[in-house]
Amino acid sequence: MYDKTVRRRRAVLGLLVVSSLILLTAYFGERSGGALHNVQRGILEVVSPIQEGASRALKPVRDLFGWVGDTVSAKGDLQQTRADRDKWREDAIRNQSAVRDNAQFRGLLNLDKQPKSLQPYAPVTARTIGSSPTLWYVKITIDKGTSSGIHEEMPVIASDGRSDTNTGLIGKVESATGNASVVRLITDSTMAVSARTADGGAAGLVQPSPGNPRDLIMRYVAKDEPIAKGDVVVTAGTVSKRSDLGSVYPPDLPIGRVTRVDEPGAANQLPHLRPFVDLRRVQFVQVLTQKVNGNR
Amino acid sequence: MPNVSPQLLLRAAILGVAIVIVQVAAVSQIVLFGTSADLLPLVVAAVGLLCGSLSGATFGFAVGLLVDAALVQTMGLTSLVFIAAGYGAGRLRELRDPQAVVIPMVVGAAATAITTFGYGLMNFMLGIDAPVSFLLLRQILATIVLNALIALPVFAVVRRWLSPALPDDPRRRRRRAYTTGGLSPLSRA
Repeated sequence: MYDKTVRRRRAVLGLLVVSSLILLTAYFGERSGGALHNVQRGILEVVSPIQEGASRALKPVRDLFGWVGDTVSAKGDLQQTRADRDKWREDAIRNQSAVRDNAQFRGLLNLDKQPKSLQPYAPVTARTIGSSPTLWYVKITIDKGTSSGIHEEMPVIASDGRSDTNTGLIGKVESATGNASVVRLITDSTMAVSARTADGGAAGLVQPSPGNPRDLIMRYVAKDEPIAKGDVVVTAGTVSKRSDLGSVYPPDLPIGRVTRVDEPGAANQLPHLRPFVDLRRVQFVQVLTQKVNGNR
Repeated sequence: MPNVSPQLLLRAAILGVAIVIVQVAAVSQIVLFGTSADLLPLVVAAVGLLCGSLSGATFGFAVGLLVDAALVQTMGLTSLVFIAAGYGAGRLRELRDPQAVVIPMVVGAAATAITTFGYGLMNFMLGIDAPVSFLLLRQILATIVLNALIALPVFAVVRRWLSPALPDDPRRRRRRAYTTGGLSPLSRA
């Protein structure tokens, strides 16, 4: 009797483990239109309305915990904020002078134009209704899908609501169903965004820093390209002349600010960036549903 | 799985679906001490502790599958680590039958550690570039501590939900019989 129980237990355990391994292998082996991916999309289609309802219903609970957490962390943030304020005050004084100079130069060169707007990219606003529960925090689910014109590979921007400057690129649509989409965040190890500094001084490929969701790295920055702490990094857009090598992302979307540069000036210099958006705080996103001029 | 009644099956299924939705729609978005609590390993471990190793492993497999499907993740990855958590908790009950009040806390922390490290290890083995950094270790430790703190109420809720469908525990029956006085050898003396 005991032997039978043990044998049965081992058989069921083995069956479960083997089933998981078969699923893993099959999932890796198939393309994005394969059977398992379709099953996932079907489940997402069913689960997303429930998830959306739960997300709305549980918002007060989230807000309560958010308020408690924010209050606790606010004290720690205060000192840092004061230091930032002092630095930004200096920057603001310097920038005001630069703006005056800039206006004069623009007037001289006839370069006055409207500031770039995202309206031509037809942004669609969506709510976050689900987040990956893992520490790697690589995906979020939003409440709009193909019925709102959202499709795979569309860039997604967001603001974490802490300030006007905490806005920027957060990822791209990985999968879309009728009323929901899954967004792969820039902290995912498979993501890479061609980028440059805002002043155009350095270009490279922004990827997540392995194991640190608040840190991005900019690879392949050439030795002679100047990049320093505090530089703003934006998307480069399409840089190739070939139309089939177009970028998914339009140019000039803010990504983050350089926090340090490993081995500056060396052939393998490696700038680290802090994303403008705290991905854990994103409640609303905008999906850019149109390309303008091939994202050039 | 010995003595799995349809009622228990139904209750476990409802629990699994509800907990995945609550985790994905709410708990993952609440940041406490720089990290988020993860109810899933706690619930899987609680089911293992209450129902045994096979029920725990099967529940872990099903919950993992649902998470992977709902978040469009690699299918089978979360299932595999949750099988370990559910089976481990169930075997602990079957072999040691621990009675201390803090057991759900310890088992919850262990289940969280197994799932977070296991998930990272599996990702690494599948070629996803995720070396261990100090920050990641700190976050894993923070999650384990946070989960350990909430393990007792989570275990209590799971037990309350499943207990009407659980087969009567002989140990409880025995204790009840002693306290009523009828069968205790001490009361006869």
